[in-house]
Amino acid sequence: MSRVFPFFVEAALVTLELTVLALVLGLAAAALAAAAKMSRSAILRTIGTAYVSLFRGTPCLIQLFVLYFGGPQIGINLEPFAAGVIGLGLNIGAYMAESIRGAVMAVDRGQTEAARTIGFSRFQTLRKVVLPQAARLMIRPLGVNTVALLKGSALVSTISVVELTYTAQRFIGSTYKPFEIFGVAALLYMIMVYAIARIVDMLDKRFAIV
Amino acid sequence: MQGLDFSVVVPYWDLLVTGAWWTSVLTVSAGALSFVFGILFAVVVLYAPAVLAYPVRAFMWVFMGTPLLLQLFLIYFGLVQIGIDIPALAAGIIGLGLHFAVYNADIIRAGIVAVDTGQTEGARSIGFGKWQALRYVVIPQAIRNTAPPIGGNLIALLKESSIVSVIGIAELVHSAQLAISETFRPFEFYITAAALYYILNLVLEAALHRFERHVEVSR
Repeated sequence: MSRVFPFFVEAALVTLELTVLALVLGLAAAALAAAAKMSRSAILRTIGTAYVSLFRGTPCLIQLFVLYFGGPQIGINLEPFAAGVIGLGLNIGAYMAESIRGAVMAVDRGQTEAARTIGFSRFQTLRKVVLPQAARLMIRPLGVNTVALLKGSALVSTISVVELTYTAQRFIGSTYKPFEIFGVAALLYMIMVYAIARIVDMLDKRFAIV
Repeated sequence: MQGLDFSVVVPYWDLLVTGAWWTSVLTVSAGALSFVFGILFAVVVLYAPAVLAYPVRAFMWVFMGTPLLLQLFLIYFGLVQIGIDIPALAAGIIGLGLHFAVYNADIIRAGIVAVDTGQTEGARSIGFGKWQALRYVVIPQAIRNTAPPIGGNLIALLKESSIVSVIGIAELVHSAQLAISETFRPFEFYITAAALYYILNLVLEAALHRFERHVEVSR
């Protein structure tokens, strides 16, 4: 076990890297989609709604397969790692869009009305009044999504990204010790999951209104 | 780069529909398991003596902190090592069922705690035993109040059931993979599979919505 442990730490770092990159992409996609869904333009609203609905309505595994295995048929050739980041990012982005939209909608309407009354433009109202209040409300749901993203990143082992779950599978093939191997992988996942949970708790406290 | 041609799907339509049928079977059976065990875990964590409550709590903690894929591998490949050989379909239902039971338990536990203590006191004062009060008064209300998030978990389960294709269960993804191995047309078949999942998802959402309205009306 001690012989294979360094491989696991390295694989866990790949899982973390995947998660962070997909999180960045996901947040960007989510912000755009949430803005599109709340926009005044019917076309943008339709695009935003379609993205969220399609990516939330189908399995992440299928989305990864379409991108990685189906991509070459439409001229998209991606390395497994890149396909993993893009697939996971677009998937979690659809969920995060709803978290962001929910937080913005949860800010009292009176806040917008008051800001508009004292002469703020629509954009200023959003930027200076609504978003600072909504940001606080987003922390927890986005944190939950990030934990889901980390655990969901195990799926990319099926498109041969050498991350934690893939590494565990490979070592089971060579050691025939599934319990020990899966135990170590599970432990590493749990350490990362609870680290994220702690960070979310800290951010939540930091931005709480006392 | 070859042109896309969705007509390749037609000869395999029956195979895909059969896969979608098995996806539904998996979702319903694992969903039922996750509901029953969700209640069981919630009650154990809240009311059972520590010797029972702590192991269940630890089990929930581990299942919440690790990927479903890893849990499926452990159940299917790991248990064989200690002499427990479960068929793939059973391993898939148990894995999905337990995974979502843990999330349901967390919701139902909060639901039980949120039911007004006056309800228990009222039931006890008209002569209900402790278990009777729980069984006939508290738990029904807790489940009614938590129906929307439990329904949300069922929808998640439908989509996550695609993962059991990796242990060789012949559901929708597996059907698509079979067709792809003969036609080499991943894009067409995975998109079609995605469309079928989307339809199943819509049907399930509509059914849950109706059920929730029914619960609301009967209140």
